Amino acid sequence: MRETLASVNRFLDAPLEVAPRLLLVAALLCLVPTYLTPLYNMTMFAAQYQDGLRLDIYSYKLVGGHDNQDVKEINVLNHYIGMKDLVTEDFDEFKWLPFVIGILGLLFLRAAVLGKASHLVDVTVLYLYFGLFALWSFGYKMYQYGHNLDSTAAVRVDPFMPPMFGYKKLANFEVYSYPQLGSYGLALAALMLAAALFFAWRQWRRAPATT
Amino acid sequence: MKTRGTLLAAIAGILALGVLASRCAPSGPRGARRGAAVSDLAAAAMKVYVAPGDLDEYYMFASGGHSGQMYVYGLPSGRHISTIPVFTPYPATGYGFDDESKAMLGGLSWGDAHHPALSETSGDYDGRWLFINDMNARVARIDLRDFKTKQILGPIPNVSGNHASSFVTPNTEYAVMGSRFSIPIPKGTPAGVDKYATEYKGVVTGVRIDPKSGEMALGWQIVMPPFDYDLGDAGKAASDGWVFFSSYNTERATGKLEVTASQRDRDYIAAVDWRMAEQLAAKGEGQTIGGVKVIDPAKNPGLVYFMPCGKSPHGVDVSPDGKYIIGSGKLQGVTTAFNWEKVQTAMRNKDFAGDEDGIPVLKYESIKDAEVPVGLGPLHTQFGPDGHAYTSLFVDSAIAKWKLGTWEVVDKVPMSYSIGHLAAAHGDTVKPHGRWLVGLNKLSHGRHLSVGPSQPESSQLVDVSEEKMKLLLDFFTEPEPHYAQIIKADLLKPIEVYPKEENKHPHAVWDVKDAGVTRSGTKVLVKMVAVRSTLTPTDFEVREGDEVTIALTNIEQTTDELHGLGVLDHDINIVVDPGETKTVTFKAKKRGVYPYYCTNFCSALHQEMQGYLIVR
Repeated sequence: MRETLASVNRFLDAPLEVAPRLLLVAALLCLVPTYLTPLYNMTMFAAQYQDGLRLDIYSYKLVGGHDNQDVKEINVLNHYIGMKDLVTEDFDEFKWLPFVIGILGLLFLRAAVLGKASHLVDVTVLYLYFGLFALWSFGYKMYQYGHNLDSTAAVRVDPFMPPMFGYKKLANFEVYSYPQLGSYGLALAALMLAAALFFAWRQWRRAPATT
Repeated sequence: MKTRGTLLAAIAGILALGVLASRCAPSGPRGARRGAAVSDLAAAAMKVYVAPGDLDEYYMFASGGHSGQMYVYGLPSGRHISTIPVFTPYPATGYGFDDESKAMLGGLSWGDAHHPALSETSGDYDGRWLFINDMNARVARIDLRDFKTKQILGPIPNVSGNHASSFVTPNTEYAVMGSRFSIPIPKGTPAGVDKYATEYKGVVTGVRIDPKSGEMALGWQIVMPPFDYDLGDAGKAASDGWVFFSSYNTERATGKLEVTASQRDRDYIAAVDWRMAEQLAAKGEGQTIGGVKVIDPAKNPGLVYFMPCGKSPHGVDVSPDGKYIIGSGKLQGVTTAFNWEKVQTAMRNKDFAGDEDGIPVLKYESIKDAEVPVGLGPLHTQFGPDGHAYTSLFVDSAIAKWKLGTWEVVDKVPMSYSIGHLAAAHGDTVKPHGRWLVGLNKLSHGRHLSVGPSQPESSQLVDVSEEKMKLLLDFFTEPEPHYAQIIKADLLKPIEVYPKEENKHPHAVWDVKDAGVTRSGTKVLVKMVAVRSTLTPTDFEVREGDEVTIALTNIEQTTDELHGLGVLDHDINIVVDPGETKTVTFKAKKRGVYPYYCTNFCSALHQEMQGYLIVR
């Protein structure tokens, strides 16, 4: 037991080789798209909407298709079932997401420059926590919109959960929900971190014990 | 070296995974991805193709909504053949310009025409008249002998927003009216909306129709609770003698009705015993309001019953045998079939759930036979010859075909887009033909060459002669068709000229020698003859300030030889059909010389058909 702990400590103190450091920089680069491209897209089709009503969710804003007209259209439709309007101001996520992603990026860079395995472990754990929390937060938001329906609405529908991934039929709408480039970047960054950890661990194991 | 290889492999793997994962929303909905087979297109084309010179099999009379007109289409071609002006001036036929039609319009230059009703004998179309409602408490009658509006009755006292109209009874005894907007009656009584629940009243009315002439007159009027009476249908066969009105806002709410009038899970279909109303009216029953006798159903038990129907029902439609009343709650996913036998039993046994202003409310569970899961936003139902019913679904944008009795939905066909009414060949009679069904859609976006923001309404022809419905044709109907009637063409025998011997107009002249100007005081009568290719007299003089009446007779007896009279710088533009006389009266206000001419191209020397009005 003591030996294992000591071993872990030795690993945490070990300097990172080139590959993990490069992977950390690559992970940093993977975060860049979250500032430029959507994290998520929801597209809704109905007979009357052959073109689809599209909703792009960025880390900091909500953008509808057709020059943002789709957000208004979605809100007009949803008011019949008593759903709350989708408005940017209601998403607290938009306030902290870009900031937190930026912090994480800086921590990636810090780990790459200072170059100790412990830094890498720190950011990986933090990043994992961030990822799970963001996912939960998104899911919870969706749940809230589908469940907090005004009981005086003209059309009463059963509370529903919009799809998180893939296709779901909701009333007369076909709803498709898919992660976008931003989210894939986040996922890729996670894989980069995992790879960096893997290589760091392997390289440390293979390195002759100099101390 | 090995490390670098593994690293590259890992990165490549990650990228591949990313590409695989990067699924995104499809470009179109599922249905759009199924293309029609080529052979289907050919078959559909053959079904709707009416070769040059050939005639359509059916007439479709579609209301023109707030255009105030009726439009005539041929089916299956979907061709727009003619426009019948009713509530709105129509320069193309001079309607609303001559003295008679101007007087008929009564100073209103708009109407909102929703629900045409063909006259019926024994519950089937007889091809005599076409009735059409106007929201301004009016009903018009078009004579199908010459496709002309012959009478506009109203505005009728107390009725406000005549939407639940003009549905006729099986032998055209009555057309009906129902107020969509309750108001304090008589009209002219002010009361704030805070008094809505008690002081505002709905009104339903029977318009009596003379069986020989078609002349309309007020038959009976019944005061109702302040609900919004939306649509109607007369009972037939088993339910003959009754008329049904759907209603929403039984909440008696005001303000933002889209919410406030959508709170109750059930509103009502009112069942009115029109034979009893007729007898009560004959006895002079009722209180005089707004100059007419208004019957109170609370004081006359048995006259009106409410049938609960979910939720905010729009269409109410009686099955061909009269045994089922189909009520479609537009905010639901089901349409409700009421069993007339059960309804009558509940009436007899006083199986009531309560009352509304003294009108008994029947128990829903006692009278309904089925809630048919047709789909979202059911509005209206039409019938086929084989026990099938067709219900339009606004939200789903489709038509559901289902079976009376077994209540199973057997087929659906998508509509582009957002269907309102639908009309089947003789689809609301005791003998539906099946064969053709037309979806009258509210939205057409993208189904036509772009014409800018003001878009036409799309209608779609569906072949219902087989088990599966087949969409055949898109065509574009003048704004805004609400309901339509489809009648077999051979039931109509229109004339094509007005026979000379039938023209009893006092100012008609049939010989150019009799044309001319007569004066009495400041009144000038110009008897004018139109025949290829002269308007006689070719000039005439009047004095400034004269009241001039031009009586124009088209003495042609040849089909399609129409003549017009346009007087420049004046609001005068009339058209006379062969054998027709029309008058137009105006004040000669300003001195000068004003050319007049034939506006309706008639002959090789049409351009020469002109003259001068000289005002001294």
